[in-house]
Amino acid sequence: MNTTRANRSMKRLRALVLLTLAAVLVSGCSTVKPWVKPYERTNLADPIMSFSRDPVAQVYLHHVYQAREGARGAEGGGGGGCGCN
Amino acid sequence: MPKVAAEVAVAATDPRRILLLVLALLLSSGAQAAVLPADRADIMYHKYEGGGMTIDGPSVLVRKAVSDSVSLSANYYVDQVSSASIDVVTTASPYTEERTEYSVSGDYLLNKTILSLGMTTSSENDYDATTYFLGISQDFFGDLSTLSLSYAYGADDVGMSTDPTFNEDIRRQNYQFSWTQVMTKNLIMNFNYNIITDEGFLNNPYRSVRFRTESGYSYEPELYPETHTSHAFAVRGRYYLPIRAAFLFDYRRFNDTWEISGYNIEFGYIQTFLEHWTAEAKVRYYKQSEAEFYSDLFSRSREFQYRARDKELSDFTDTTFGLGISYEFKPQWAGNWVEKASANLMLDFINFDYNNFRDLRVEGREPGTEPLYSFDATVTRLFLSVWF
Repeated sequence: MNTTRANRSMKRLRALVLLTLAAVLVSGCSTVKPWVKPYERTNLADPIMSFSRDPVAQVYLHHVYQAREGARGAEGGGGGGCGCN
Repeated sequence: MPKVAAEVAVAATDPRRILLLVLALLLSSGAQAAVLPADRADIMYHKYEGGGMTIDGPSVLVRKAVSDSVSLSANYYVDQVSSASIDVVTTASPYTEERTEYSVSGDYLLNKTILSLGMTTSSENDYDATTYFLGISQDFFGDLSTLSLSYAYGADDVGMSTDPTFNEDIRRQNYQFSWTQVMTKNLIMNFNYNIITDEGFLNNPYRSVRFRTESGYSYEPELYPETHTSHAFAVRGRYYLPIRAAFLFDYRRFNDTWEISGYNIEFGYIQTFLEHWTAEAKVRYYKQSEAEFYSDLFSRSREFQYRARDKELSDFTDTTFGLGISYEFKPQWAGNWVEKASANLMLDFINFDYNNFRDLRVEGREPGTEPLYSFDATVTRLFLSVWF
């Protein structure tokens, strides 16, 4: 009985979280004003500011570390789906 | 109730549908412009040299938009391995082998959202791996935020060159969440969370652990658990300096169900000069604890249910110093076909320092008192990039 009630509460909580997410995603885009205007993004558009400026070189270095360190994942940039051992 | 919200309420009761729901939301919301990756080709020679190993080979990447909404890419990559590492020297014979990897992917721009699909397959004489990849990326809030979600599924076949009847497999799943945020007109940051889970034969079939015997020590095969789940969280950023330079930072924390925890921190600096040149320097520090079933020297044979003596699972640190130089130019002979090109050289010097992995090449010592192992490695990346 308590388990069923707990499950229902959990489902309601999940629904609430997702409804909030939906509301933010659907309506938020049109109400939040960008605090950095398009004409102020020249510096950010410079290639030296890119997280994946040289994808081939970046993926290779991830591969070097993945093969020799226990840590893996969240490399960012050109990472993901390595398929290597 | 709006249609999207009604779907949320239904889908919330079934976790398997949550990912599909989020994808639907991303596709239906009022997004800002997304841009397909630029058309480019890269050809690279890579080389890793250190600890008795030399691994080198080419990598070629070509990316081309085939319409206003579809961009395709393909990558060919080879590792030519020549190994006389400490593991090989102490328990096996030096060997050479080749690993070849092919990747193809496509990006589809749909209603200002980018959907990505990809596949990677690699093969060597005793190991084959295939990974399928699905991702979605969308800009929000006037292009100040980018949300990316991805899922990858991998299937590996593990063999043994010394035993043709040996055949095991691994199933891998990879879930990634990434949020990139423009903070100010000079600062951009990225937050990344990644869960990876593996099931199957996860140890190296050739590697051994050592255990004490009356006359010294002996070896027996490693044995790992058949499941492995890891969590990694990273925050990274780039800050633009008014002299057309950038300051970079990167921090990542990691932990897994084998009780390895670790982190790495990196700082870098990129400087442009003389119009065509870009130089960069970085320093990276990595530290991890050892797996709960790791030991450099077990007390006896089959002391525990699981056992490992892979230095990758031991307690160690590594430190990297990296330097890079790039020269950008426009090849006149290519006419209007090539927009620009760059020639690049990057060198990374890495020192690995092990705190519980001993150098068994040193003989005449009481087992467990041999010197701790350390080595230096040099990583070279020489590549040419062309944008067209």
